[in-house]
Amino acid sequence: MSISIAEHDYIRLSEANMEKNKIDDKDLNFKATELRLGLPGSESPERESVTVKKRGFADTINGGSGKWVFAGNGGLEVDLVQNGGNKNLGCVKAESDVLVLPKGGLLEKKGLVSVKSDGQTSVPATKQQVVGWPPIRSFRKNTMAVSQTKNEENNDPKMGSGCLYVKVSMDGAPYLRKVDLKIYSCYLDLSSALEKMFSCFTIGQYGSHGAPTREGLSESRLMDLLHGSEYVLTYEDKDGDWMLVGDVPWDMFIGSCKRMRIMKSSDAIGLGKILNTPQNLDFSTTNQEVKSPLNLAPRAMEKCRNRN
Amino acid sequence: MMLLQPSMDPNRKRAKSVDRVDSVDSGSESFESTRKCGFPDEVLERVLSLIDSHKDRSSVSLVCKDWYNAERWSRRDVFIGNCYSVSPEIVAARFPRVRSVTLKGKPRFSDFNLVPEDWGADVHPWLSVFSTAYPFLEELRLKRMAVTDESLEFLATNFHGFKALSLLSCDGFSTDGLKAIATHCKNLTELDIQENGIDDLGGHWLSCFPESLTSLEVLNFASLNSEVSFDALEKLVSRCKSLRVLKVNRNVSLDQLQKLLLHCPLLMELGTGTFMQELISGPVTEFKTMFSNCKNLVTLSGLWDTTPLYLPVIYPACASLTFLNLSYATLRSDELANLLAHCKSLRRLWLLDTVGDKGLEAVGSCCPLLEELRVFPADPFDQEIFLGVTESGFVSVSHGCPKLRYVLYFCRQMTNAAVATIARNCPDFTHFRLCIMNPGQPDYLTKEPMDDAFGSVVKTCTKLQRLAISGLLTDRTFEYIGKYAKNLETLSVAFAGSSDLGMESVLKGCMKLRKLEIRDCPFGNAALLSGLTKYESMRSLWMSACNVTMNGCRALAKEKPRLNVEVMRDEEGSDDSQAHKVYVYRSVAGPRRDAPPFVLTL
Repeated sequence: MSISIAEHDYIRLSEANMEKNKIDDKDLNFKATELRLGLPGSESPERESVTVKKRGFADTINGGSGKWVFAGNGGLEVDLVQNGGNKNLGCVKAESDVLVLPKGGLLEKKGLVSVKSDGQTSVPATKQQVVGWPPIRSFRKNTMAVSQTKNEENNDPKMGSGCLYVKVSMDGAPYLRKVDLKIYSCYLDLSSALEKMFSCFTIGQYGSHGAPTREGLSESRLMDLLHGSEYVLTYEDKDGDWMLVGDVPWDMFIGSCKRMRIMKSSDAIGLGKILNTPQNLDFSTTNQEVKSPLNLAPRAMEKCRNRN
Repeated sequence: MMLLQPSMDPNRKRAKSVDRVDSVDSGSESFESTRKCGFPDEVLERVLSLIDSHKDRSSVSLVCKDWYNAERWSRRDVFIGNCYSVSPEIVAARFPRVRSVTLKGKPRFSDFNLVPEDWGADVHPWLSVFSTAYPFLEELRLKRMAVTDESLEFLATNFHGFKALSLLSCDGFSTDGLKAIATHCKNLTELDIQENGIDDLGGHWLSCFPESLTSLEVLNFASLNSEVSFDALEKLVSRCKSLRVLKVNRNVSLDQLQKLLLHCPLLMELGTGTFMQELISGPVTEFKTMFSNCKNLVTLSGLWDTTPLYLPVIYPACASLTFLNLSYATLRSDELANLLAHCKSLRRLWLLDTVGDKGLEAVGSCCPLLEELRVFPADPFDQEIFLGVTESGFVSVSHGCPKLRYVLYFCRQMTNAAVATIARNCPDFTHFRLCIMNPGQPDYLTKEPMDDAFGSVVKTCTKLQRLAISGLLTDRTFEYIGKYAKNLETLSVAFAGSSDLGMESVLKGCMKLRKLEIRDCPFGNAALLSGLTKYESMRSLWMSACNVTMNGCRALAKEKPRLNVEVMRDEEGSDDSQAHKVYVYRSVAGPRRDAPPFVLTL
């Protein structure tokens, strides 16, 4: 079937829409709308698919869990193509009536994407996918945005603020997550939670560990994963340095952690006192292999175990 | 709701004929019938003046001409739900003695940026007419109206007894307009500024209240961003001895608030500023008595940036609170639980979803008298946050709070079974607004559409007046609604339905439907036209991003001349045959004359 999804509005893929759409595909700067991963300044790997890169609404839902679909071959777009060919909201797996959505119901593109005079588009800075949804008044939207910034700036746990959200990205994953560090009491809790969160990706990579059950991974499976995984958990501290998670006492960690990254251990050489991005690694430092294959400094793991 | 009969001559106050008010011709019954009424006009007016409810007054005005006249002369309070349904001239002609006007303007979806700027709903034409018709106007309450500084200045200088101004979700004005109000309204009792598109040029407006102003009872500037002069605020509060509602903005610090509270021990409603101090070292104890003197406090809001260290400061006030608005406080479950243990009398509670399901469990166990719960998302646009509240929190609340009648719940996952349980536990729902934030999301366990969820709500909750639906929904949802929701007045629909049948079911079945707002649904002309006979009994219909075409709208407009059928053009101007945004409403004022170029009245 022809890959003809030149334009789809946020809610579904409809050929009828594309014809009506005057914005020419080729003029759009899809790079600008492409979801970027990982650290700022780092480049995500080029995608194989060359068709539509603009994310439509369809790919924000997957048959029921609300989670985003991730296929190992970088094929969110591929999924789109397959779904689009069927002209259904293919990702909806409901047995009953297929959600046939209106043709020609052009979405508030001006809210979603703004087209500049040279045909370039850009996605507005807000994370809004759809204009006016969820239905929250501007005052609340703006106020919460300010609070979020304040929270991120004042991440000092001694302030006793309610939450301590930090972003966690994982190399190769299509999106990042946020975790509230305040709800964990030690590294093991954090590590378990992160494994659960990102297990769908590692499992995808390491199929030999088996498919995750509905209840999630058992603890022994988790340990297997940790041992077998080639990933390490790192964090950026207040000074901008990337450190291996587990090197410092827990309280100090949550006080200084600004964000985390699950990176491939091959990238994590020389961690301890390391420069900002893997590309900037000082290769003259000893090639300190991560001592254990675990994603935590072994000392911290011991501490946790003893505590339990 | 006002039922207007243009054939009535409003000047015939003392007319004795007993024409039915809905008859066009003036044929009257005999004079004796009047005598049978018995009451002189003055007595009738006196009796009717005791009726407050707008609906009752509308009914009263339909009884006979005497009652119509008595009612209109005794009407003090006019409520106009759609400013374009009537003109200020008609209002002024019918109700000569009005002191208080409530006006609502733009369609509700304008709150979510679906209505372009300059759409209309300008208050000024109303003020112009009122300045001659109601020079003694005392109260003006505006919602979603376009208000300019000039209008506010006009209001302040032309209505000498003006007392109460309330602006909610309005836009077009700045703090300069507030300056005019503060400066000129010598008898001001109420200034209530909430969530408006206001151009905040600074806090100087508050300093414009003259020293002679001592009448303020309500002051709410919580949603303004600029700092006001604390000195001016303190002096104002201390000289206004009748102050019962004070809601300050975030810039007012905790120790400033403490000083303010010393001046108004009679306060009933308080909105705090920032509820924490940067420097810790001991001052918390200073604040422990802050609320001990507030014996009359029933409403508490604000609590910006509060922390576990400072929140306990409010505990002494909690026992008598009936409304607690924590929707700007990022509390965690344990903090909320500790707080709610003190709040046994709560009837209304607004929260942020940072409290999680555990926090909602605490609500269920601590607040048996709860009637209203609103849970807002702390991070609505971040689809990666996996916290927030789920179906389980909602179920916990329903178990502990059987008196729940109003709920607004934002969540990222829901199940049909959970909603069925909730409806069973709380059959008294009058307002059920569920927002599953991912559009078109099914039951996350069964992968089924959420039809049965809303089906159970409408079947069980027979008193339901307002419903907002979300999630993956087929026409079945609408069939349920049409079949069971016989008291439904307001319905909000987004990303739902499979065919015209959906909308048709609702229009056919919901006898009391007054407001229907639909976005992004596959409803087309057949659905639109199926409501032909219904729209005149409704306040309004909104349809955007549906399948309606211009021809369908024209057909509707042609059949129903007493409806205004307005179509808003998409700015891109892409497809002229599609009607992207349609707003239909009944009106006795005819098509509006102030429509901007992008609004086409058919």
